[in-house]
Amino acid sequence: MLQHKHLIDIDEYSADEIIEILDTAKSFKEVNDRAIKKLPTLRGRTIINLFLEPSTRTRTSFEIAGKRLSGDVINFSASSSSTTKGETLADTAETLDAMNCDLIVVRSKQEGAPRILTQHMGAHVVNGGDGKHQHPTQALLDAFTIRETLGHLDGLKVGIVGDIAHSRVVGSLVPLLNIMGAEPIVIGPPTLMPARPDVLGARCSYILDDVLPELDVVYMLRIQQERLESAALPSLREYAMLYGINLARMDAMKDDAIIMHPGPINRGVELSQDAADSDRAVILDQVNSGVAVRMAVMYLLLGGEGNGAAA
Amino acid sequence: MALLLKNAHVIDPQNDIDEVTDVLVRDGLVVAVGTDIELPEKLLVKDCAGKYLIPGMVDVHVHFRDPGQEYKEDILTGMRAAAHGGFTGVVPMANTKPVIDTGAMVEYLLEKAAWEPGRTRIYPLGACTKGLAGKELAEMGDMVAAGAVAFSDDGHGIQDGGMMRQVLDYAKMFDAPVLSHCQMEDIVGAGVVNEGVVSTRLGLTGWPAAGEETQIARDIELARLTGCHVHIQHLTTARAVDMVAHAKAEGVPVTCEVTPHHLFLNEDDIKADSYSTNLKMNPPLRTKEDNIALQEALIDGRIDMVATDHAPHAAHEKALEFNHAPFGTTGLETALGLLLTHLVLPGKMSWQRLVEVTSVAPRKLIGVEQVELVEGSTADYTIVDPEASWTVEEDDFYSRSKNSAFLGQELTGRATDVFVDGYASMEDGVVTF
Repeated sequence: MLQHKHLIDIDEYSADEIIEILDTAKSFKEVNDRAIKKLPTLRGRTIINLFLEPSTRTRTSFEIAGKRLSGDVINFSASSSSTTKGETLADTAETLDAMNCDLIVVRSKQEGAPRILTQHMGAHVVNGGDGKHQHPTQALLDAFTIRETLGHLDGLKVGIVGDIAHSRVVGSLVPLLNIMGAEPIVIGPPTLMPARPDVLGARCSYILDDVLPELDVVYMLRIQQERLESAALPSLREYAMLYGINLARMDAMKDDAIIMHPGPINRGVELSQDAADSDRAVILDQVNSGVAVRMAVMYLLLGGEGNGAAA
Repeated sequence: MALLLKNAHVIDPQNDIDEVTDVLVRDGLVVAVGTDIELPEKLLVKDCAGKYLIPGMVDVHVHFRDPGQEYKEDILTGMRAAAHGGFTGVVPMANTKPVIDTGAMVEYLLEKAAWEPGRTRIYPLGACTKGLAGKELAEMGDMVAAGAVAFSDDGHGIQDGGMMRQVLDYAKMFDAPVLSHCQMEDIVGAGVVNEGVVSTRLGLTGWPAAGEETQIARDIELARLTGCHVHIQHLTTARAVDMVAHAKAEGVPVTCEVTPHHLFLNEDDIKADSYSTNLKMNPPLRTKEDNIALQEALIDGRIDMVATDHAPHAAHEKALEFNHAPFGTTGLETALGLLLTHLVLPGKMSWQRLVEVTSVAPRKLIGVEQVELVEGSTADYTIVDPEASWTVEEDDFYSRSKNSAFLGQELTGRATDVFVDGYASMEDGVVTF
């Protein structure tokens, strides 16, 4: 059982706690491979997916996770909520609290939004991504995938490539890798770097080819169209030239190095067709692990012990 | 009736006074200072033993939200908060709704303040440009005729350099200073916290110090060009201090102010486990190194004065997400306690210097009569108990808003009594109006 009520900021979790989540996820992953993929563990529990910005993939993953544990999962999305009609997040939280929800997953453009929920409701809060701050379940599923593929996390060099400044994935993955004894390196143009990558605990490089041969994991971030509009990049073509993974760059990688991506991929930009579909790419394993990791987080936060799958 | 302020430790750097003595006041004026004063029969005596008596403090940077947003603060609640914090006069900024950009708006302000002895003085300030839009000159002459003492587009600095030059040239004929909120908006962008450690850690959009420093450099050069007095509002960085000091040494008519929150708080106070919106400021809290540099510059004279940028906001507004919450903290009721606790009582800053930065320099900036501790001076005084221990709490504020960045802090020293024109606006910690 975790000594935490919420999962908002991965910095608050110890290596032992992260291992407990990953081990629990492993047992749930086996359940997900069965024909009957359902456990009674969270029967009678109410889980709300509060999605204040659109995200089909993450929301679906949390929804499947909750349903596989027999929880009652309700989706409350921006288009059907009153947050667009001038209701404050605090009022939304109090309204949902009055409906006795047990666990709430929140996705918001606003950094710190999950903290506001904790101040206004009694439910467990899971951060499903808050602005440019953190996305802890993504980092956990990434760690799970690396561990499954390469056998361990400690000592690995993990290069995270792309729009570091605007990435909540980086906000959680870099601290998690540090906690687990891996070595994160953030790679991208200076226009897409945060002011102080060192405070997250990452080494910084602008030139991918300088560090590519030493990486065990090449983690590609999605480039958003709006970065072109904000003049951070001259063109996607040049971005692909400087940072895209293609056949030539795969040749420069370590033999057993893997390629990861949080999705959705821009084929031909971050990854060429060859790279996206190569044996090195574990992108669909990440998606698959996501459900198991989110089951583990829900299970452990709601007071579960042991591997959960035996229940 | 005459009033005798007895056994007060009187501080007046203008006359080099630093002694325990008595002050006799009648009809708003000081009649005599000394221990052997001939006393009239009808006399009110206020024992000030153990307390300091200083020229009343003036805050040249407050927001009273009146007209338009009286739910945050109105002129009366703002005047009360000022008295409670030890201030005898304040300069409310023009960014109300509508903006104070005409003589009629200045008259509204003065009428609503309904000044009489024993109430906080309002020194009116007008906008530099119509509607704070930075496009057309406001009717400065009309506002001066109505009583305006200074001009500022605070809240949204004038972005166009050519427009700023016109403002300074035009304001010069009224001998009124232009108070400049320096932030180059295309560099600052959508920033909400200092660009650096906190923006990276919390994922919030950064606000680089360069956005502020670039425009300070511009305004210094325009002050040199036009000869108009430019007063840099709420500067926040060590480099900004250097630029202003350098310009002053060259004889450019420029002065500057610093706020208590930029002196005593920094970006490290904004934590990932709270995202406290009471720490969301414009300009943002900078670094610990800047805190130290600003304190040193205030003490040694490179920074001219303290101003609070008292920025009241309603609880429901500050309860929003960090990006959506408005900028600012209240400041009138905590400024003196902070300066005493962190600078004066530990011996880093003298009482004389405290008076210079809270009283003498602010009055000099806006060109109003100085208050002294000599016969004939106007009796605007603040009496300070240097030993009062207190905790910053919402319930203690007279301001209508409770958004203080200092809530929960333990402070030592505060004003107990304030006299404006010889009559108490606060007596034994209780505001009288």
